[in-house]
Order: sequence, then C-alpha cells, then structure tokens
Amino acid sequence: MELIQQLVNGISLGSIYALIALGYTMVYGIVRLINFAHGDVFMIGSFVGFYAVTMLGVGFFPALLLAMAVCAVLGMTIERIAYKPLRNATRIAVLITAIGVSLLIEYVMIYLRGAQPEAYPGTLLPKQNLELFGVVISSQSLFILGTSLVLMILLQFIVHRTKIGKAMRAVSHDAEAARLMGINVDNTISATFAIGSALAGAAGVIFGIYYTKIDPLMGILPGLKAFVAAVLGGIGIIPGAMVGGLLLGVIESLVSGLGYSLWRDGVAFIILILILIFRPAGLFGKNVREKV
Amino acid sequence: MATWKRTRGFWVSIILAFAFFAVVQWLITSGTLNIFYVNTLFFMAINVILAASLHLIIGITGQFSIGHAGFFAVGAYASAIMTMKLQLPFAAGVLAAGVAAMLAGLIIGVPSLRLKGDYLAIATLGFGEIVRIALLNIDYVGGASGMTVTHMTTWPWVFACLFATILVIANFTNSTHGRACISIREDEIAADAMGINTTYYKVAAFVIGSFFAGIAGALYAHHFYIIQPSNFGFLKSFDILIFVVLGGLGSLSGAVVAAVLLTIVSTFLQNYPETRMIIYSIVLILVMLYRPTGLMGTKELSSLFKWRKAAQGGMNHGGKNTVA
Repeated sequence: MELIQQLVNGISLGSIYALIALGYTMVYGIVRLINFAHGDVFMIGSFVGFYAVTMLGVGFFPALLLAMAVCAVLGMTIERIAYKPLRNATRIAVLITAIGVSLLIEYVMIYLRGAQPEAYPGTLLPKQNLELFGVVISSQSLFILGTSLVLMILLQFIVHRTKIGKAMRAVSHDAEAARLMGINVDNTISATFAIGSALAGAAGVIFGIYYTKIDPLMGILPGLKAFVAAVLGGIGIIPGAMVGGLLLGVIESLVSGLGYSLWRDGVAFIILILILIFRPAGLFGKNVREKV
Repeated sequence: MATWKRTRGFWVSIILAFAFFAVVQWLITSGTLNIFYVNTLFFMAINVILAASLHLIIGITGQFSIGHAGFFAVGAYASAIMTMKLQLPFAAGVLAAGVAAMLAGLIIGVPSLRLKGDYLAIATLGFGEIVRIALLNIDYVGGASGMTVTHMTTWPWVFACLFATILVIANFTNSTHGRACISIREDEIAADAMGINTTYYKVAAFVIGSFFAGIAGALYAHHFYIIQPSNFGFLKSFDILIFVVLGGLGSLSGAVVAAVLLTIVSTFLQNYPETRMIIYSIVLILVMLYRPTGLMGTKELSSLFKWRKAAQGGMNHGGKNTVA
C-alpha cells in the first residue's frame, strides 16, 4: 500500500514536471535552444496566480488562465528580445544568453518584492481525501492530474489538428524548407514560446497549490528537473516529455519513500548523466547518425 | 640571441610577477594594506585561478562546462578534511585538493566529454549539483552547517598558486598539446581527421582545469573560516562562467582581467546582492548580443605589445566558429 501511495504522489508531482518539460521540449524541437529561463517563467506564473487569488480574489480557473496568459506574453517577449537576434549565433552564445535571462528574471523579481517566500491560500481547491483500497488520494491531486491531462490533450490537439501546429511541426522538421513553403518561421517560433510558456505558467499555479510555498528562486530546481524529464523522454518529442515527466516524478517519490528524501534532488541528475551516456536520444528518440 | 628574443616577454613577465609579489608582501607586512584590501586581494586571486582554469576548458578546448563550482567544492572539502580532520600541514591540503578535484574531473570527464554542446553543459551542471547534494548529506563533513576551517591562507601561498596556475595554463596553451586543444575548439571533426586524439586532449584539458579549481578551493576554504555546501551552488559556477565569457572565450589575459574587475565590482556591490546579479545578467546578455566573442576575443594582452605571436585563430569566420 505504501508503494501505491508513493506512486500516486509521484504521478501528481510528475504531471507538474511534465507540463514544464513540454515547454522545454517544444522550444528545443524548434530552435535547438535550452531555454534556461523556462523555469523562471514557471516561477512568474506561480506568482501571477498567487496575486490573482489574494489580490483580485478570483478562483482557481481564472487564476490559472491569467497566469497562462501572462506567461505566454512573457515567453514571447523573451524570445523577441533575447533569442531572436541570436538565431544565427553559436549555440554557446545562445546558451549563455539564456542563463543571463534566467538570472535577470530571478533577481528582478527579488529586487521588486524581496526574497521572502509566500504561502498559497489552501482553500483554493476543495480539500477532501478519497480513500480507495486503502490508498489516500486527495481531491487536490486529482484536480492537479485532471488539469494537467486536459492541458496535454489540448496541446496534442493544437499540434496535430490546427494550422499553427502544422507550421510548428514543419519548422521543427526543417526551418529552411518551411520558410520556402511560405511559413512565417518567426511567428511560428513565437507561437511555440507562447504555448510552452503558458504551460509553464499553469504548472506554476498547480505547483503553488500542491506545495503551498513559493519564492523567487523556486523555478531553478523544477526547471532543471523538467529539462531532465525532457531529455529522458527524448528532447524535441512531445509525448516523450509527458512520459519523462511522469517517470521522473514517480522515481523521485519512490526514492523519498525508501527513506532517502534528502538525496531526492540528486537522483534527477544521476538519471540525466546515465541517460546521456547510454541512450542520448532519450526513451522515445531515434538514434540519428552524425554526418560529417 | 634568437632565443632571447623569443623568450624575452616570458622572462619580463616573470620578473614583473615577482616584483608585484614583493611589493604586496611588503605592503602587507608593513600594515599599509588593511584587512579589507587583503581580503579583496585574496578573493581576487582565487577568482583569477578559477577563471584561468575554466578558460582552459571553455576558451581553449571549447568544451562548455558549467559545473566548475563542483570541482571548487571538491577541492575545498578535500583540503579541509586533510588539515582539520587529519591534522596534516596546509601543503598536504592544497595538494590533496588538487588531486581530489583532478580525480573528480577524470570521473566526470571521461563519460561526459563524449557529449557535445548543450548536453555537456547540462551534464556538468548536473555534476555540480550532485556534488553539492552529496556534501549536504555526508555527516563527516558537517552536512548543511559545513565545516569550520582555521585560517592558513597567506599571501605567499596565494601568490605561489596563482603563479603556478597562470604559468602552467599559459605554457600549456602554447605547447603542442595546447595547439591540439585549440584545433578541437575550432573544428573537432577536422582535428580528428588530422590525427589528433580528441578524447585524450579534451579529458586532459578538463582534468588540468579541475586540478586548479581544486587548488582554488583549498585557498578559499582556508581563508573564509567556514565552508558550506550552499557556497558552491550553481550561482558560483555562473560567476566563474561570467569571468571567462566576459573576458573573451579563448583569451587567458581577458579572463584574468575580467576576474579582477568583476571581483572589485562585486566587492563594491556587496551590500546590494540583487543589484549585482541584475547587472551581471544584463551585461551577460548584452555581451552575447553585441560582442559574442567577449571583450578580448581570442587576443591576449601581450599581443598588444607584439613581443611574440600568441596562439590565435578562429577569427576568420567573423568570430562565429570560435567556440563550437
């Protein structure tokens, strides 16, 4: 029973990782950039949700939508200002810029409101415990899982059934050819950043509800772990990010369940190094031979 | 006569370095420099060692590592265990710090240097985090509260380490091995085709870089009385990265100048840590947007005097191919 309980917790946590990982993977798939600032977009989403609830007094869903909207705009702004001028620069230059943007968002946030943590109001979602075959499932984790699932299905719909989704797939396959076919590559990249950042914003609100404590540096670790999840599933592959996120959440919960909760943060990086060594294309990725 | 012409710059630099050492030593013993300046000076030297060691990995060999604070931490703790737990002299601590960091570099370098670019960056970042989390969880070294260390770092020690670091890295760069590393930075496939054992040179540069980061760790541990895992987070790695990037990817003197300048800036902004980080990050973004090769590019300060031709290259693609 203990094991199943840990699995349930792991899936809730994993769905948060999966939501963040989706943004990483989409952006990487389209511009080959590790958007280090993604974890900080997640943090901003969390704070937007918090202020919407405490100051505007709105409920869970309006707060979620507001956070997603603000993050979408933020993601697009970051892309336009910091990444777009570097489209043809070296990978290292872009990576360093991403690190710079990440630090900038974190410390501007600390500068504006201080580094003290904030507590999410606990009354946002109905709190009831559901007992199923001796496993306690809180209504909150069901809500979290439900919201993440709906968002992921929505994303699948956008990517596979809409025009912008088709453009995104085309650009990620071959940006030059897509441009020749009359696809506006810049707008497509902006849309990708917007969708990915909106998902991160939603993950921020959900994270706040699940863990109650939020602070300006909270985005670093979940951001890095979500990246690990994206690599685990195969970076650039959308279903891979979902599976990778859930898998990482479950592994972390099992590790804490076994009594090594302090090592929990290290496990993700050990997985990362192992996966990079033994299967660098990820679980869902195809091995691509390097051409000279 | 020809030899003298070729090595003149080298001997002049060494004489200048010892003159600098003597002047500072005299200033410290005569009490002209107060404790605040001495602190800043030591911190500057430690940062210069760190910057030079990362410069060898990123600037010369082109391997993007952002977990340098991990090696720094390994060195700091290894030396602290030597001097505090085993009661050995400081020299043993410094040596152990270098060797321990070197081993860590070998262990992490052999598997992860097969990766390229982004993946290597993330793997090294992950390594830095693993080191921090491991130190947090080992009770022998005090866990989260860290270790207290007696003050043993003196100016002769700091100078000797700094001098050795710069000398080894500068000479390495201008040797056959250094040229091989530069060729890997410029184009790994071409270097491979020319018969250079790329894996060997990448690991060698990585291991030498980690060795000196470990030495810097020993100096740091014995200067600041207390070491805690939280001092070695990835913000520390980014600090070191900023020195190298700002100074110019591929310029030793650039990295040294950037480390010195930024240490001064951060000393002045010590009371406003947020402002410091905001300035750092904006500078980082602006440099990447408008001058992606850093302030010095791959040029060295000495090339301004035209004494000898320093190892250069990589500027013939508009600076685009400098680092893979």
